[in-house]
Amino acid sequence: MLEIKNLSASIAGKPILDKVNLTINKGEIHALLGPNGSGKTTLLMVIMGMPRYEVTAGTITFQGKDITNATIDERARAGIGLAFQRPPVVRGVTTRQMVEICSGVKDEGKTMALAERLNLVPMLDRDINQGFSGGEAKRAEMLQLLAQNPDFAMFDEPESGVDLDNMAIVGGAMAEILETKEMRRTGDRNKAGLIVTHTGHILEFVNADFGHIFMHGSIVCNGNPRDLFAEIRENGYEECVRCNKCQQ
Amino acid sequence: MSAIERLKGKRAEWRAAAEKVKDKPAKFGPDVDLSTFIDPAERPEVATLKSLDNQMREAALYAGVDADETYRSGSYFQVDHTPIYRKVQEAYEGQLEIMSTNEALEKYEWVQDLWWTAVPVDQDKYTAKAEMEHTGGYFIHVFPGQKIEKPIQACLLLAENNVSQNVHNMIVVDEGADCQIITGCTVNTKVEHGIHLGISEFFVRKNASMMFTMIHNWAESFDVRPRSGTIIEENATFINNYILMKPVRSIQMFPAAYLNGDNSRARFNTIISGKKDSYIDVGSKAVLKGKDTSAESIARTVGYDESQIYARGDLISYVNESKAHLDCRGMLFSDKAQIWAIPALAAVGAPQAELSHEAAISPIAEEEVEYLQTRGLTKDEAMSTITRGFLNIDIPGLPPVLKTYIDHVLDAADKEAL
Ligand SMILES: Nc1ncnc2c1ncn2[C@@H]1O[C@H](COP(=O)(O)OP(=O)(O)O)[C@@H](O)[C@H]1O
Ligand SMILES: [Mg+2]
Repeated sequence: MLEIKNLSASIAGKPILDKVNLTINKGEIHALLGPNGSGKTTLLMVIMGMPRYEVTAGTITFQGKDITNATIDERARAGIGLAFQRPPVVRGVTTRQMVEICSGVKDEGKTMALAERLNLVPMLDRDINQGFSGGEAKRAEMLQLLAQNPDFAMFDEPESGVDLDNMAIVGGAMAEILETKEMRRTGDRNKAGLIVTHTGHILEFVNADFGHIFMHGSIVCNGNPRDLFAEIRENGYEECVRCNKCQQ
Repeated sequence: MSAIERLKGKRAEWRAAAEKVKDKPAKFGPDVDLSTFIDPAERPEVATLKSLDNQMREAALYAGVDADETYRSGSYFQVDHTPIYRKVQEAYEGQLEIMSTNEALEKYEWVQDLWWTAVPVDQDKYTAKAEMEHTGGYFIHVFPGQKIEKPIQACLLLAENNVSQNVHNMIVVDEGADCQIITGCTVNTKVEHGIHLGISEFFVRKNASMMFTMIHNWAESFDVRPRSGTIIEENATFINNYILMKPVRSIQMFPAAYLNGDNSRARFNTIISGKKDSYIDVGSKAVLKGKDTSAESIARTVGYDESQIYARGDLISYVNESKAHLDCRGMLFSDKAQIWAIPALAAVGAPQAELSHEAAISPIAEEEVEYLQTRGLTKDEAMSTITRGFLNIDIPGLPPVLKTYIDHVLDAADKEAL
């Protein structure tokens, strides 16, 4: 579904991504683990097509099409979705409007049903993300992605700033967006996903099939997400660079 | 002496005062040559607004005045110089009265006594012309204690080219009464050139409340010089909503609210979109004189094309126990357009008065546009959604009918801009 080849990118002239290679097939959920500042958010932003980030080398292919130079909305309409780590406040645009924009229709019943499940009914007529708590902002991101229903969904640190109760709600929504709930095997699913996590906690609520360790702008290690996390909990990220036992 | 007799004497006084300023330009805005306008033909009165021709009905509707009066308590309709319709819906008979101000002046001496007390007749050549060539305007009087839940509507329409419409309006919301008023000022599509001089004097009596909403839809070679003053008595509330979304050659106005009564409140909500080469100089002024008075002035302006917008706001307090705030934000969408935000605060002998303002002119944040794009909107769609949201002022207490109607006006203008 998504194929990233030799991708390098910089922001404000500063190189961040360094020859990233990553292939995600239909049905697969990948987890990207890595320390703060390693460039995880940058990778998602580049996949989404944010113009602030400059692609200096490499290609991104989605559903067989080269989208390296496509606009954000072309990618969104092609089926890519992103739940932001820190979504912006948009004054004057309500949560309800965002849901309608995502689903492409004005369906009051559907909007209400989704909002009820995510405990966001009181937020529907407030400006999106305006004064939202950490948990509310993340749930609002889930609300929008559920409405948008992308084929390939990216989640940037969905658990950051979220308590356990909220994490269960967020994790549940992710599992639904990624179709991992009913369809446990990758071959049955039509969706694919990339989950960025610093702590790994969210993986207790939504299962990932593949794990990657991301450091200094590139993927340094691949493996089973649980094993990778166990390793990192024990030895930290720095040890991971030195170790080469997981090289595939 | 009858009211008509008395009026003759009054008129002579007003005209003498007007005569002195007939060449005096306004303090702000470009000067308009008033000598070139013609006298339009009289218009026939109509028995129902539904009998108006399609073009007029549409123009009125776009300015919020509905020929189907189901959701209105009363209507006033003037075309050029002629009041062609005034009606109070049956369910509201005895609760309010609507007529032209010419009729009201002839009928009531107290109307004569209020005339030119909220706006000075000798302000400038525009007030002078409105007095010397007074051609109608609405008189709306809500009787004491009456709560009129459906809006009252008034339409001032120009159907002929090159006309100077010199209306003088008066609204009196009597003690303890409550009403919403929608005024649409507009032109027929074939009208290109002309001027609208609109004097508006409003009186919100003790414990009364009025929400006044005005939509202006003019034409590209049209000049507009309204002069408005509202006197607010004890414990009364005045809310003024103003919307200008269409091009105009020039408009200059600086409506004032005088908070004379203790515990009175005023709020101005102003939404302006500058298109083409419109010259727009619109302000709001709150003068706080009563104890425990409060005022708020909120303006949102967007500048396109070669428009020039001056967004003024004066808050002037003469009393200690008073509070006022001004919030003026602008966005510019063209490198040939300009927005000037000009807030002014004055506390006069009132060390405890609290006055504040926030003014900002800034572009739409890229990050917000991109966020909407990730949800599938194109860049243009995202910008227009955010702009539309920017203009969406939250007006507490806005009745659903009015909300729908303001949304409709903003949406329609939005579609046209695309
Ligand atoms: N707008 C920016 N300008 C300059 N540097 C930036 C900007 N945004 C991020 N960076 C830098 O890029 C690097 C990677 O950041 P990011 O992708 O957010 O990392 P992560 O998500 O892994 O914590 C960091 O060193 C960060 O400081
Ligand atoms: Mg990050």
